[in-house]
Amino acid sequence: MRFPDYARRKQVDRFATALSAACAFFALAALFAILGYIASKGAAAVNWDFLTQLPKPVGEIGGGIANSIVGTAKIVGLAALLGGPIGILGGIYLSEYASSRTAFWVRYAADALNGVPSIVMGIFAYSIIVLPLKRFSGLAGSIALGVILIPIVLRNTEEFMRLVPRSVREGALALGIPRWKCVLRVALPTAAPGVLTGLLLGISRIAGETAPLIFTAFGNRFWDQGMLHPMASLPLTIYTYAISPYEDWHRQAWAGAFILLMFVLTANILARLLMRRPTGGHS
Amino acid sequence: MTMKRHFDDDLQAMRSRLLEMGAACEEMVQYALKLLAERSSQYMDEVRRREDIVNRLHVEVDEQCLQLIARYQPAAGDLRMIAAALKINSDLERIGDQAVNIAENGMFFIAQPHMMLFHVPRMAELACSMLKDSLDAFSRKDVEKARAVLRKDDEEDELKGRVFKELMALMQSDPSTIQRGLDIILIARNLERIADHATNIAEDVIFMVAGRDVRHGAGR
Amino acid sequence: MIPTIESAVPTEKSEKVSEEERRVILSARALRAGYGAAEILKGVDFPVRERVVTAVIGPSGCGKSTLIRCLNRLHESVPGGWCEGELLLDGEDLLRIDPVLLRRRIGMVFQRPNPFPSMSIRQNVAAGLTLNGVRARRVVDERVERALSDAALFSEVKDRLDESALGLSGGQQQRLCIARALAVEPEVLLLDEPCSALDPIATARIEELLFELKKRLTIVTVTHNMQQAARVSDYTAFLLMGELVECGPTRQVFTRPADKRTEDYITGRFG
Repeated sequence: MRFPDYARRKQVDRFATALSAACAFFALAALFAILGYIASKGAAAVNWDFLTQLPKPVGEIGGGIANSIVGTAKIVGLAALLGGPIGILGGIYLSEYASSRTAFWVRYAADALNGVPSIVMGIFAYSIIVLPLKRFSGLAGSIALGVILIPIVLRNTEEFMRLVPRSVREGALALGIPRWKCVLRVALPTAAPGVLTGLLLGISRIAGETAPLIFTAFGNRFWDQGMLHPMASLPLTIYTYAISPYEDWHRQAWAGAFILLMFVLTANILARLLMRRPTGGHS
Repeated sequence: MTMKRHFDDDLQAMRSRLLEMGAACEEMVQYALKLLAERSSQYMDEVRRREDIVNRLHVEVDEQCLQLIARYQPAAGDLRMIAAALKINSDLERIGDQAVNIAENGMFFIAQPHMMLFHVPRMAELACSMLKDSLDAFSRKDVEKARAVLRKDDEEDELKGRVFKELMALMQSDPSTIQRGLDIILIARNLERIADHATNIAEDVIFMVAGRDVRHGAGR
Repeated sequence: MIPTIESAVPTEKSEKVSEEERRVILSARALRAGYGAAEILKGVDFPVRERVVTAVIGPSGCGKSTLIRCLNRLHESVPGGWCEGELLLDGEDLLRIDPVLLRRRIGMVFQRPNPFPSMSIRQNVAAGLTLNGVRARRVVDERVERALSDAALFSEVKDRLDESALGLSGGQQQRLCIARALAVEPEVLLLDEPCSALDPIATARIEELLFELKKRLTIVTVTHNMQQAARVSDYTAFLLMGELVECGPTRQVFTRPADKRTEDYITGRFG
């Protein structure tokens, strides 16, 4: 049997396939262009001194961004410690315990929080930490980033906890295991690869945030004096150098961007590897 | 609520084949008795011809029942129906054999001088009606009719006893009747067996329809 | 009539008597259950006898799964699930005791094999013990081995106890789930269509297993496969639209059911 417009349908099909392939290629091309551009501009400027030295005073050529790397590690690390557990536990609560009405509002709040511009988070941390303490600090930056992290991790954890099949939970309940233990010892480990992946992706996202740090960590051209003092960070340094009038700082901004990119890329690859572990059921 | 089943077609085919066999058996018995009553050997062929038919149907019904069990895994009423059919099938085949026996004994009997048949005509009438009623009960799934068959069996047994006793006395007083007397005794015995098989069929019908086992005097 | 033979050969009658004498260990009385406003079980009286297999049969949606999920009160763990009436285990009212404790006495195996994905074979079987505070390694190992043997799985997995349970075949996973339930040493084992996701060979192995297990355990199995119910069970309960139509010895239900609706269902006339 031949359908009269079979040939036409086949053409439409070919066209649609080609179009979507082109779009996919365009997206990939944009990604690789950015990666390639940053790598070509930045990789050359990266050397041992750049990674281990403090910035030179304005006007002098050379110097490094060691304080920014350490600062980012500290700020992001503390943010993860603050936002990660809250996000994960909140996500568990949402998927396991919340009644549908509560869940609706919590989810709504999380989505709203997720949509808040990151600079607003910075202003928030500024008003609750910086103003009372009368000092810019790494802590304030961590809190700003941590708050950004919460909704990302929370929603992700909820999604992955929901993916744990009902049958697995019931299997645990049917053994006479209390509900909370079923959640923590059976459901959570089953969802763990997905939950950790979400955490890693969230961390790599906040590591690149600049705006919230402007009013909080502020930046520092020297080694910081602790979490309660102004602190350097990679995105902030890149920002400062990039808008400066100095040629050498531009070079260093590219190099810093390259380092930041490497960090984010590593976190992403790590996340992919984690996800490869079987999560639930057999397909 | 009731769903049409392909199984029912196959079951129906088996039942009608079994009833066909029952009809052939009835005719065998009737021709054997006609041979005796009309003292005419021409009926022997009729009996023989139907014996072949019965033997063929016997094998076919067995095969159909096995197929039904193997392919449909019947349960409950269906299962009882097939179990009953298997048993009725072998009862009918035995009845056919009994009819052949009667015809063969009849051939000896009619080759000899005339002699009265005592209660044999009554026994024949009773056995034929029991066989007919049991098959009717099967085809109509009629428990009452089947129960009526069971009630007739006692009379048949009693008649056979009387035939035995009266012939015994005759044969003792007149030894020239021994040959013919033995033929009549054998015929009476075969009729009594036919009635027994008809009784079995009626019992199977009751089990098939009501699910109650009434064999060996239980729950009659 | 030789008397010695008479007494040596057990007649069907004597077996029947002993089976009917089996004590009712678990029973539901006037059990009603449902979700929200929907009533699924409409007053069910369901007796479960000790150390025999009781099969629950019935068309889809008749409430057979709900019935056995009420027996270990898993039904109530689902949002909106409710259950009322009387549930007695050895004379104890199950609706009044902690469901967590009750589930250690009444185990359950589900329709689809549900090994815990994050755990090894050994951890799966041990889960009911280790997650309930049994810590002694020796006790746990011993019970794991015994449960796996009882589930006829030990010889197949003894060399890979520490590998993921997801590497097992469907039939093996289901026996693993049976072993996991057995390790807790329950008095009653509930099976909710345990073979519906398995091929015929794996199904046959599970069925064989039930014959062994019923020597020690009381078993209730839900099945939509009537031949399976006829093969494995001693008692059969027929459930239709939330009502228990008939519950009696399997030998009777499958040859001469008391109720016309049962007859129609098991002979496939039900449409």
